[in-house]
Parts: sequence; structure tokens; C-alpha cells
Amino acid sequence: MKKDLLSISDLATDEIYRVLDTTEAMREIGQRPIKKVPALRGKTVVNLFYEPSTRTRTSFEIAEKRLSADMLSIAVGTSSAQKGETLADTALNLEAMAPDMIVLRHASSGAGHLLSRICKSRIINAGDGMHEHPTQALLDAFTIREHKKRIDGLKVAIVGDLLHSRVLRSNVLLLTRLGAEVWVCGPTTLVPTGIEQCGVRVSTSVAEAVADADVIMMLRIQQERMQGAFFPSLREYFDTFGMTAARVALAKPDVIIMHPGPMNRGVEIASDVADGPFSVILEQVANGVAVRMAVLYLLAGGQEGD
Amino acid sequence: MDADRIGRTLTRIAHEILERNRGIEELALIGIRTRGVPLAKRLARTIRDINDPLTPLRADLSLPKVEIPTGALDITLYRDDLMRTAIGAQPVIRKTEIPFSIDDKRILLVDDVLYTGRTIRAALDALIEFGRPKAIQLVVLVDRGHRELPIKADYVGKNLPTSLMQSVQVHLTEIDGRDEVEILES
Repeated sequence: MKKDLLSISDLATDEIYRVLDTTEAMREIGQRPIKKVPALRGKTVVNLFYEPSTRTRTSFEIAEKRLSADMLSIAVGTSSAQKGETLADTALNLEAMAPDMIVLRHASSGAGHLLSRICKSRIINAGDGMHEHPTQALLDAFTIREHKKRIDGLKVAIVGDLLHSRVLRSNVLLLTRLGAEVWVCGPTTLVPTGIEQCGVRVSTSVAEAVADADVIMMLRIQQERMQGAFFPSLREYFDTFGMTAARVALAKPDVIIMHPGPMNRGVEIASDVADGPFSVILEQVANGVAVRMAVLYLLAGGQEGD
Repeated sequence: MDADRIGRTLTRIAHEILERNRGIEELALIGIRTRGVPLAKRLARTIRDINDPLTPLRADLSLPKVEIPTGALDITLYRDDLMRTAIGAQPVIRKTEIPFSIDDKRILLVDDVLYTGRTIRAALDALIEFGRPKAIQLVVLVDRGHRELPIKADYVGKNLPTSLMQSVQVHLTEIDGRDEVEILES
């Protein structure tokens, strides 16, 4: 493994499989009466979250505790960043206290790369702006593999706000690498320029994108990142791109519906689909802890070629 | 040790286990990954067959066999040298599978080679987190000496005096395609 996990492209294909296989073993720990192993005893992990997060932060915290790491979370609302300290200065000050790993969530794309250059600690990107969210993609791949027993050759339709989504970018890199046929779908205004160069098919028709799909992955409409009008109204968006039972019926009969959360019910996904029989949304959350345990464990060791 | 010898040894250990525990009541086997697992499974079958005089009849009468609970334990995350050296990739972790409660059971912990005792220390720590067994007994196919911790096996297949320069390699059909124990000079 490289020093840091900033992007899916930091992982070689065999390392991706190593993460997924390790996740399998880590998941069993969560089913024990005592959900704790001593693997990261004495390691210090700092969770540095500059953006609100429930799932990802809780998931990392539980993963760290299950591996017996000493962990602390810094919610930036209560930190010196409020007094004007820059990210780099905050990082250097944290670094002075010698943590082994820093888990970073930041609103700016590339924030992890900045930290990676100035810190000796290992950096795990827990979402940087509109760039990447590698552990989310890994848990998605794990969930898909669990249901379909493979990823190679599957048709995966990713529908929603493509432009602002770091989950999209990490998933496209990961799923195309593992041989899936990835379709992305959203209003033209929310399709990133040049996305087809990543080896995906682009469509503005949900019907075309989800036809015979094995997996449908919904992305949240990220209103907090939208400056300007990308579509006329949320109501119209739902009518054109919202995942309804009728649209799900176009996919394979054993399709799974995924969503990285948080969901906007009635915007990108209908409630009966989100809670319906094809939905694996809560399984994704459960698998998130095991994936993060695997990543923390694998990164805590030595580097290749040390 | 060749295949024949390993087979007889396991049968002898099975008899010893039954003698000491006076039957299979409350018995459960847990093999330490990798090669303790097939050994535990073989012992479970042998113990069952010795203890159940109906064994040959059950197959004919299609009666269910009385299985002894058997599990697999991966101790990697409990190793005392896990984070000591920051060299190379992390060891691979495999799944621990103990599909029964170990509370109040007599656990037979099975491994192929007993050497420093550190693996067994890790296994004991791991096991205790699954519950409170009535007793834990240690079964090893080979005891090669050189203990670094106060640990002793309850059932030993063979004592193999070795030097620190040597290594003991156990091959089992389920994993390696053949049954053999060999000493390698390094």
C-alpha cells in the first residue's frame, strides 16, 4: 500500500481485492459479543472533519475503536479554524502531536493531497470537495460483490447529481477498473465535462441507463454546492430523474438499489424504492465500518518497498 | 512423518481426548488458521466415529450423525509482533468462524506446530473474547520446543527436537495436496 489513501488510483488492482477480502474478515468482528481486537493498539488516529458528516465520521470512529486505536475527532466548528487558522497550519500543529493517521473530510478538492505533502502521518481521504471519497467506493464495491458475487461484467447505472459528486468519481475509477460496465445519467447541466473519457457511457435518459442494470446507484442532489440553477425545480427533477418503482422495473429482476446517503426522499429517490425490497442502502452503511477497519489496518503496516 | 503416521497420531490423540474428557459432552474444537483448521475437522470426525458405536449404521439407516461443533480462529489481529516492524505489507487476515457459543464448553484448541507459544497466547486472548469456556485444552501435531512463554500442550502428536536454524513444515491434504511433516534446514 502507498502511504496515503487519497484516491482510488492510489490502489493497485490487487490491493483493491486485498481491501475487499480483509473487509470480509473485519465484518465478522462486528458480530462478536466483544467487538474489539487489539490490532491498532497504541496507534493514534485523528478524524479531522471540516464538513458536516454523520455516517462517514461515525463509521470511521467505530472502525477505529473496534481496532483499539486511540482516536479523537475534531469537529471544526469548535476548533481554531474558526479563528482563521489555515488547513496547513492546523495539520502541522496536529502533526506536532505525532498522530499515526489523519482522516480528513474537507470541502476543497485536493485537501488530502495538501496534507499528504506536509504530513508524515498517513492520510485517509474521507471526502474532499467534488473530487473523491475512496472508502465510500470501496464499501459500494464490497456491497455489490457480496450480492452479485462478482463485479466484472455487471451493468451499473449511476443516476443523479454527477457534477458535484465525489462518490461518483471514486466509484467510476473503481468499478471500471474491476470490469463493470458503468452508465452515468443526469441532467446535461450536471454531467461533468469529459466524463466519458473515464470509460463510462453517458445518458440523459434514466430509462436507457437503468435498462437491464444489475446495480442502480443514486446520487444526492447537492444543493449546498449548487450556485445557480441546474434544473427548473426539485419537482421537475424528480419527474425526470427520480428513481421510482416504475423505473426500477426496467432493470434486472434482481437489481440492487444503492445510495451513499444522506438521501433526499422525493427528490432523487422515491420513498417506496428507498425502503423497498431491492434497497441495500442500510447494508452499505453496515459494510462501511468493516471497509474502514480494513483500510485502517492495511495502511497502518509498512509500505511496499520499505 | 508421513500420511500414515499422521493418521494414526490423530486417532491416538482422539482416544486421549475422549479418555480425558470422558465423552464428547460439552466438547468443541477450534482450529487456528491455517493448518489447525483441517486438523480440527479431522479430529472432530475421528472423535465422533470412535465415540458413536452407531457410526457405520447411521449412514445405512440415514440417521443424522452427531457432529462435534468445530470452528476456525484467525489470530493475526492479536499477534504481539503485528505493528512492531513497519516493513512490508500487513499480514493477510482471514475470517474467524465460530458458529456456536463457547460459553461453558470444553474447547480443544488445535494447531499444527507448537514453537515459541506466541500464537497460542494470541489465540487464548482471542478466544476469551468470544465467551467463557469451561476449559481450554491445547492439541498440537508437532511440538518442536524453544518455548518463549509458559505454555504447554495437553495433547502432542510428536515431539520433534529441532534447532533454531531449522523450520518445521506441516503439509496437509486439504491445503497442500499431501500429508507430510518435514524439517527444513535454512
